[in-house]
Amino acid sequence: MTISNLKQTSPDSKLPRVNWAKIEEADNFAKTVKLYRQGKIDHDNFRRFRLQHGAYGTRMTDDYAMVRIKIPAGEIYPTQLEKIAQLSETFSIGSAHISTRQNIQLHWVVLEDVSEIMRGLTEVGLTSREACGNTVRNVMCSPLAGVCSTEEFDVTPYAIATAKFLLRNPLNQNLPRKFKFNFTCCEKHGMARIVDVGLIPQIRELDGKKQRGFKIFLGGGLGNKSFVGHQLEDFTPEDDVLYTSIAVLRIFDRMGDRKNMARNRMRYLVDEMGWEKFQNLVLKERAIVRATQSVIVKLDVDDTPTEIKRPITISDTDGKPTPEGYSRWIKTSTFKQKQDGYNSVFINLEAGDITANHLHALAKICREFSAEGFARNGFSQDIVFRWIQESDLPRLYSRLIEVGLANPGSLTMASPIGCSGTTSCNLALTNSHRLAKEIQRKFLELKLDEDDDLRDSTIKISGCPNSCGQHEIATIGFYGGGGRVGKDMYPLYQMSLGGRSDGDAMLGVNCMRVPAKRIIPVILKIIESFKKNKKSEDTLSSWINRIVRGNENSEIKSVNDLKQILSPHIVPPTKEEDADFYLDYGSDKNYHTITGKGECAA
Amino acid sequence: MCCLSKEKIMRVTTDVDTLRSEIRDKSVRVIDVRREEDYKKNHIPTSVNLPLATLLSDDAPERVVKLVNNLGIDDETSVVVYDDTFGALASRVAWTLEYLGHSDVSLLELTYGQWNSLGLETDTKVPSITSKNHSIKLHPEIMATVDYLEKAKEKKDVILLDNRERLNFLEQHIPGAVNIPYRTLGTSEKILRSKEEMKRLLENRGIKPDAEIITYCGSVGTLSGLAYYALKSVNFPNVKLYVRSFKEWKNLNKPIDKQENAHYWDLSAE
Repeated sequence: MTISNLKQTSPDSKLPRVNWAKIEEADNFAKTVKLYRQGKIDHDNFRRFRLQHGAYGTRMTDDYAMVRIKIPAGEIYPTQLEKIAQLSETFSIGSAHISTRQNIQLHWVVLEDVSEIMRGLTEVGLTSREACGNTVRNVMCSPLAGVCSTEEFDVTPYAIATAKFLLRNPLNQNLPRKFKFNFTCCEKHGMARIVDVGLIPQIRELDGKKQRGFKIFLGGGLGNKSFVGHQLEDFTPEDDVLYTSIAVLRIFDRMGDRKNMARNRMRYLVDEMGWEKFQNLVLKERAIVRATQSVIVKLDVDDTPTEIKRPITISDTDGKPTPEGYSRWIKTSTFKQKQDGYNSVFINLEAGDITANHLHALAKICREFSAEGFARNGFSQDIVFRWIQESDLPRLYSRLIEVGLANPGSLTMASPIGCSGTTSCNLALTNSHRLAKEIQRKFLELKLDEDDDLRDSTIKISGCPNSCGQHEIATIGFYGGGGRVGKDMYPLYQMSLGGRSDGDAMLGVNCMRVPAKRIIPVILKIIESFKKNKKSEDTLSSWINRIVRGNENSEIKSVNDLKQILSPHIVPPTKEEDADFYLDYGSDKNYHTITGKGECAA
Repeated sequence: MCCLSKEKIMRVTTDVDTLRSEIRDKSVRVIDVRREEDYKKNHIPTSVNLPLATLLSDDAPERVVKLVNNLGIDDETSVVVYDDTFGALASRVAWTLEYLGHSDVSLLELTYGQWNSLGLETDTKVPSITSKNHSIKLHPEIMATVDYLEKAKEKKDVILLDNRERLNFLEQHIPGAVNIPYRTLGTSEKILRSKEEMKRLLENRGIKPDAEIITYCGSVGTLSGLAYYALKSVNFPNVKLYVRSFKEWKNLNKPIDKQENAHYWDLSAE
């Protein structure tokens, strides 16, 4: 071998446990784009094909696409982080975006380069197949599954097995609409009630024997109209999980609305039919599915425990002082695992954006510090390292400072969710993405991440009513729109309060419309009112909860009372008084709403 | 022998093993285009220093030929150029030599950083050079001026390539340009992709060898210089470099296109 053939590799890298990729799909995609450009495939058919392969349209142009890379169950390996870094520099904007559904998105990719990204992904076992379109989207799994102290058992193998069973399965290639699975670790950390199929592990004792099973929730989902899911039955044994999933998909495929795009998610079917009727249908269908499978179909659950090996430490911090900000970071960004002496570390990213250099750095840090050898992406546009030895935390923190990823607050209110908004999405009305970053910067500047009263609250922002930013499950949620003073338009957000996705899941209650440039003062005013009226044990979230449920007895008893207090802050100034009010974040042009055709429903 | 030398002329990049044997045979002049202080610290053995900034301070052919003479290069000298900036600076120097009329110039297939990380030999010695006499036989067919570009870009079989990064391109570009960011041209190991990959990529983008291609970038033709060699590596016969690039175009208040109504900069985590 000549020297020029030498390649640098990282022998300490753990290999992904599943290869999700198929190289033929890259070739096929390249060919199909050519046929489309030659006019041999019509626009609608091409669009369906493109979405099926995970390439989404881009704001105001047909020349670019967004490639959505699925990270099933959120498990992402160092080599995969590095490959995505390289692909983002080569074919995208040099940054990648971590979504709320455990996808990693590359934006502003030339349509003709999409196949090259697919090709690159196959080298590390990843795919974008069925990441968009009317399919089963990425199967999600709590980033804490396996390390959460309140979980019954680790659901990760079930999430991966479900993803494996459904990917490229003819069963879900042409559903009435997209379809979402979410596996959660426990009642506290999940999103099981706001998806089509949500699962929470539970164990029951039957004849003195412990049996694994799930609580399964059906028909939830966020969108223009949102619903909280219904629990199918008290206990679904693990052997019935796949049959239940197939039964639900078959019913949706058969009975879902294929005409009215605005109302064809499964939650509308459940709503129209009534839960009891739907529930009966599922149970019957499941009996049929179970009886008519020619072979016993089982989830291929690989329960082999992940190898936990402490990476070899090269240096230690003996004698070195703890870096500044360490205790704030520990408090707001790390989670104590159920396994003694281990922690999970949540990396705080602004609205989920991360540069190629940062991805490279995280891959390195992951190899060096995580005893399981891979990372997860979470539900909040973040990246999580698990199995970090407690004694390694100061050194890990120093490394994060070195590479510029040591912002605190990822597990607090100081880490708002913002969908991509007008940075790339056709449907967006406002720059929700930038707004999330602005709020985060303000919160960190005011050190609000350290405030225990705010810790369990969330801020989530969507750039339109379609809920990609999950605003309806936020303590304070926003969705974008336009307001008007005379003939001048300005960006604004509808604010909702009290949403949550845990065991007491409820959708936020609409409060008022807030101009974009007044969002930060309004949030701060809410916090100020809370501080003034809170009871000793209150958090912002519990206080708001009482208000939206009408159970509060201080001076602010209802959403209306709160509205009164906030209303002086939202009065539009004239253009002469404050021209900036009429500009959206990130824009120097007067605001007006512009949208193209959305593809969420395509 | 005749065939061999012909093959040499076609060479766009020189691989590590070939360069090392040519250095041993003393049959090559290696140019290091990094800054003088970097060159002085260490460099590839026998290489001479021509910092890009020195060249660009005045790249009139009459001056360039003097620089070339002083580096001991005549019309017959085989020249290999390298940098530590993914090949872009080396490309700009190589292109200038080509424009002057030097046919036997190629790029080292990797950067000095990669050379180092492979543990290959380096040196601090500055070679003593006997000055030579290079002729001036300009090759205007590889250069595009603004006047040329303006006329040419309206033609159907001319493709204008912008090699800046995607966000810069979206923000502003010469109307009609196609964006192939310089990062697309190389890999993490080599300054240029394999021929097979490069061909596939260009074919996907509808960039055909029978077209006339004009490349440009932000200011002095470095990134687009790399693109010039990327296209040459897959035998595109008609490639021109718009050396004064977007900086001149903008200064002359020529028309500019922009991707409107999207706030793509806010997606960047830079």
